[in-house]
Amino acid sequence: MIPTSWYLILAAVLFVIGGAGVLLRRNVLIVLMSLELMLNSVTINLVAFGHALQDLRGEIIAIFVIAITAAEVAVALGILVALLRNNHTLEVDELTVLKG
Amino acid sequence: MEQAFFILLSAVAVGAGLLVVIARNPIHSALALVACLVQIAALYVLLGAPFLAVIQIFVYVGAVMVLFLFVIMMLDVRKEAQARFLPRAPLPGVIVLLILAGELIFLLLQSARLHAVMGPGPRVAEQPSVADLSLLLFQEYLLPFEVASVILLVALIGAVVLARSDEADEKAAQGKATRGAAR
Repeated sequence: MIPTSWYLILAAVLFVIGGAGVLLRRNVLIVLMSLELMLNSVTINLVAFGHALQDLRGEIIAIFVIAITAAEVAVALGILVALLRNNHTLEVDELTVLKG
Repeated sequence: MEQAFFILLSAVAVGAGLLVVIARNPIHSALALVACLVQIAALYVLLGAPFLAVIQIFVYVGAVMVLFLFVIMMLDVRKEAQARFLPRAPLPGVIVLLILAGELIFLLLQSARLHAVMGPGPRVAEQPSVADLSLLLFQEYLLPFEVASVILLVALIGAVVLARSDEADEKAAQGKATRGAAR
């Protein structure tokens, strides 16, 4: 039997690692991947609490999170391709205006 | 035995997660993220959620990460090899991260009170099956399920519109103009 707090600690560590990727990396692609990592760490929390409370709703929310993430990634990569076509760069410190 | 598995899986997941952030080549980052997501899927099995583990591998590893790899290979990433991190001292980012980490550590240390609130929970003898999950999903959560499908459709259309090049628009406009002139 694994204590729930172990899952919470793992999720916190993964969340901070993903946050480091979002805040410190220069490439937009890596920033997006780090966002995926953060979302997954939150999903671990949901499933761990659902398991601890014997409640299936944690899993249901996790399924919805995964579906929304798939939609988000499709739109984000579309924006990224359009961005590269218009600005010819993928570095976050050069993408400082919203106007395409 | 379970705890040994947990320690193995979480150690590999944390190592792969670090590699995502540290790796020089975006393709290495993507492959490390795939490894990390597979470990998390195995953790879902440990948590008694095998359906979620399968979904995780299908959707994340099968669809999302393949899309990422496809885009990375489509774009030119050669010049990214020089600068990994933001060039000017990323001090504010590091400070925000340290605050976030401290806050999470504080909350985890305080979680004894949380456990007291949560209580042991009603212990059911058997694990909830996939049938239970589907009943809950298609009865109580039917409306959110349908809304999620609409969101997927919107994302599909949005991605097509965003990734469409202006040249295609111009060509279509030209084609219309020539057709109009011919008439």
